[in-house]
Amino acid sequence: MMVWINQKSLELQQGCSLKDAIELAQITPPFAAAVNAQFVPKTLYDQTFLNDNDKIELIVPITGG
Amino acid sequence: MLTSTDEWLLYGETFKSRLLLGTSRYPSPDILAKAVQLAQPAMLTASLRRESAHAQDSPVFWKLLQNMKIPVLPNTAGCHSVDEAYTTAQMAREVFETDWIKLELIGDDYTLQPDTLNLPSAADKLIKQGFKVLPYCTEDLVLCQRLVDVGCQAVMPWAAPIGTGKGPLNAYAMRTLRERLDVPLIVDAGLGLPSHACTVMEWGYDAVLLNTAVALANDPVHMAEAFANAVKAGRSAFLSGAMQAHESAQPSTPTLGTPFWHHA
Repeated sequence: MMVWINQKSLELQQGCSLKDAIELAQITPPFAAAVNAQFVPKTLYDQTFLNDNDKIELIVPITGG
Repeated sequence: MLTSTDEWLLYGETFKSRLLLGTSRYPSPDILAKAVQLAQPAMLTASLRRESAHAQDSPVFWKLLQNMKIPVLPNTAGCHSVDEAYTTAQMAREVFETDWIKLELIGDDYTLQPDTLNLPSAADKLIKQGFKVLPYCTEDLVLCQRLVDVGCQAVMPWAAPIGTGKGPLNAYAMRTLRERLDVPLIVDAGLGLPSHACTVMEWGYDAVLLNTAVALANDPVHMAEAFANAVKAGRSAFLSGAMQAHESAQPSTPTLGTPFWHHA
């Protein structure tokens, strides 16, 4: 199946979790995640199973006003 | 008059400084750190963006935030719907480990005017989830009252559109707001000069939040200090009670006993 991480496509095996996808993305903490615009707490990454065409947002802290 | 104990309360937490500072648009992280060190703000605002666009600068900023040890106020900048703001706030709470949220719900991309019609429902939703919401809003009295009605313990009206530096454009409405609302009022956005900050503090506003006026100054470090001093001066003036203005001149030196009076 194919999912999208921050608008970039990523091929994953069926049954992969959000935790699997994040490990492949090699993102440096701290960060937070959302799947299809719904926030997913980090305690649920391994219980959140992805579906084809899911859109994952991984966001990090930056400067702001 | 201003004393060393002139503290203020936000959602039950005590703050000494009445300046909140943004962290964006500075020439370098080092200059931001020095500006913060001189200004000693009550809070620093921060934001969240996709990792793919900020993989390099995010770790630097994160380390800087941790070193400065000043409470962080995450924002929902760029959100255009209640759902976007809600999801962003949840993500901010996990990343920054704080319930504070500066609620930005943009209704117009050209003026960056808040979506005044949907702001109260967004604030209501966040407050019910335990967030300490500081809503970026306009100076509209009814809007601000609605925000208080849903549980906002402070509101943050703009003085002028974000980043314009024009200073308070609607003095009448801002002063009316101060007279009518008892909650802390924080001017957020549109200030360009320390005198602007001083003016709104003289009107009785509780604090100011600014970013661009400091970050884009030729010398951001000393401009931060100038704003911190202006906020203190305005607060002290408000507490001291200003004189009434008069239409006619009134000599300050006593006239009784003026020499050479009526010699001719």
